[in-house]
Amino acid sequence: MPPVPPPSLPILQVAGVSVRIEAKAILTDIHFAVASGQVCALIGENGAGKTTLLRSILGVQSLQSGTIQILGQPATRQLHRLGYVPQKISFDPDLPLRTRDLVDLGIPRPFWRWRPPDPHAVAEAIHAVDGEGFANQRVGRLSGGQQQRAVIAHALARKPKLLLLDEPLANLDFASANHLVQLLGRLAKEQGISIVVTAHDMNPLLPILDQLVYLVGGRAATGSVAEVVRTEVLTKLYGYPVEVLQHHGRLLVLPENPRQGLEIPCYAHDHD
Amino acid sequence: MTDPLHLLTFWQNEAVRTALWIGAVAALLNAVVGVFTVLRHHGFAGHALGDSSSAGGSLSIFLGIGSLWGFLGMAWIAALVMGWLGLGRAQSRDLSTGVVLGATLGVSALFLYFDVTVTQYSGATVDVMFGSLFAVAPKLLLPIFLTVFLAIALVLIFYRQLLLIAADPQLAQASGVPVRRLELLYLLLLGTAAALSALSIGVILATALLLGPAAAALRLARRPWQCFLYAFLIALGSVWLGIYLAFASYYYNQGTSWPVSFFVVVLLLLAYLTSLYWRPRPVRSS
Repeated sequence: MPPVPPPSLPILQVAGVSVRIEAKAILTDIHFAVASGQVCALIGENGAGKTTLLRSILGVQSLQSGTIQILGQPATRQLHRLGYVPQKISFDPDLPLRTRDLVDLGIPRPFWRWRPPDPHAVAEAIHAVDGEGFANQRVGRLSGGQQQRAVIAHALARKPKLLLLDEPLANLDFASANHLVQLLGRLAKEQGISIVVTAHDMNPLLPILDQLVYLVGGRAATGSVAEVVRTEVLTKLYGYPVEVLQHHGRLLVLPENPRQGLEIPCYAHDHD
Repeated sequence: MTDPLHLLTFWQNEAVRTALWIGAVAALLNAVVGVFTVLRHHGFAGHALGDSSSAGGSLSIFLGIGSLWGFLGMAWIAALVMGWLGLGRAQSRDLSTGVVLGATLGVSALFLYFDVTVTQYSGATVDVMFGSLFAVAPKLLLPIFLTVFLAIALVLIFYRQLLLIAADPQLAQASGVPVRRLELLYLLLLGTAAALSALSIGVILATALLLGPAAAALRLARRPWQCFLYAFLIALGSVWLGIYLAFASYYYNQGTSWPVSFFVVVLLLLAYLTSLYWRPRPVRSS
């Protein structure tokens, strides 16, 4: 196990971040911190600023104001401690890479080192995502869910402290989504990796969530689920009355005035 | 008859030996760079760079300087312009490639016109468009070797990064790979490969040597390194056999030989068609 940094230093610290793109405010004064082994979700509709916030953490989006630090340093200097799983994953079927080759490419090293410094790193990363079954198959021939796990293994191979996933549940069926949520929870609890994940719907993630960043129009309410998903907090964030309903452990955010509901995410699963 | 296949005269001919060497290194570089080009769907860019180098080739004939530097120089300039215009999204990539292609072909047309009218070198068009492998001066061997050696060394140094960019540029960027700078390096390598290919088998046919072996190899290979090896073997086999067939055709055609480029391109096509019918072994599930 990698040594756990002192609890005083959060893995990820986002302080007063504002982003404008072409004079339009995309993010306004976002604050939150993620400690070691915590799972944090960025929840919001399309256009609420989730992807921009994730790109800011990755260091590819310039900030209007505020700072983002990973283990006390800018992200660009901590890329080796950071794993990223993009939303759109679709490898060319002719790409001559097996899953284990892709995972191996996740371990940066100088060109004269043909093999990774840690000979078990690749196998461990594949084991962590339960990927032994497709380790020798070409990544371009795997199913969408398997490609996603292959990319997670690729990101895990360098033993990151922080794992960022962009809409990982978007294209998965219910069983695969559940499987992925359990996998993320395991990585956080057993390996102490901090996880930041964006999603439209918080419900599938509720069993593992430590923290929520609820984005509406570039503004955020942050805290635990119990702190954020409350009628008075979200009413203030949305700027008009909303009601929070709890049903069999699932949360629904509903407008008081149904005509405004068109603009409010109101997701429910048909299953369970 | 002691030499029915004319192998003895084939080996003794100095122009043939030069052609074999240049063909071999052009095949090596095109095979290696071609794998990345096919994976990244940059075939049009590769074709355009080969065509662009023709402007340099025809200019160098007009100025009377070595055609190698004409081909290489113009391909590098075109590669830099294409990198500057942007190769990011497929749509803008095709646009910037098309713009560069059109501009350089126009320049090429002008210089070929000068070549034919001013310098009275009527073979210029055929040389530039269809290659002049048998006419390459032996003194060009050393600079060509050094260029290819440098290019291959760069591919080996940045092998893992280039492969990751080919797999998914977002993953490469998140791993700290300097994607934009390597993009430019890759374009320069592509330009070098295209220029050497244009010089040997001609501007019009250069794309075949770049894409054919790589496309066939990607169907056969099971490991990353295998596709580079297979692509090289297919490219080398096609070029060498093509040179031999062109040489031998001299004896069956009452003293005129068919162009090398024709044989090379036909062999490349055959190799690719064969690879399509190759049944890959079923992939083991564990």
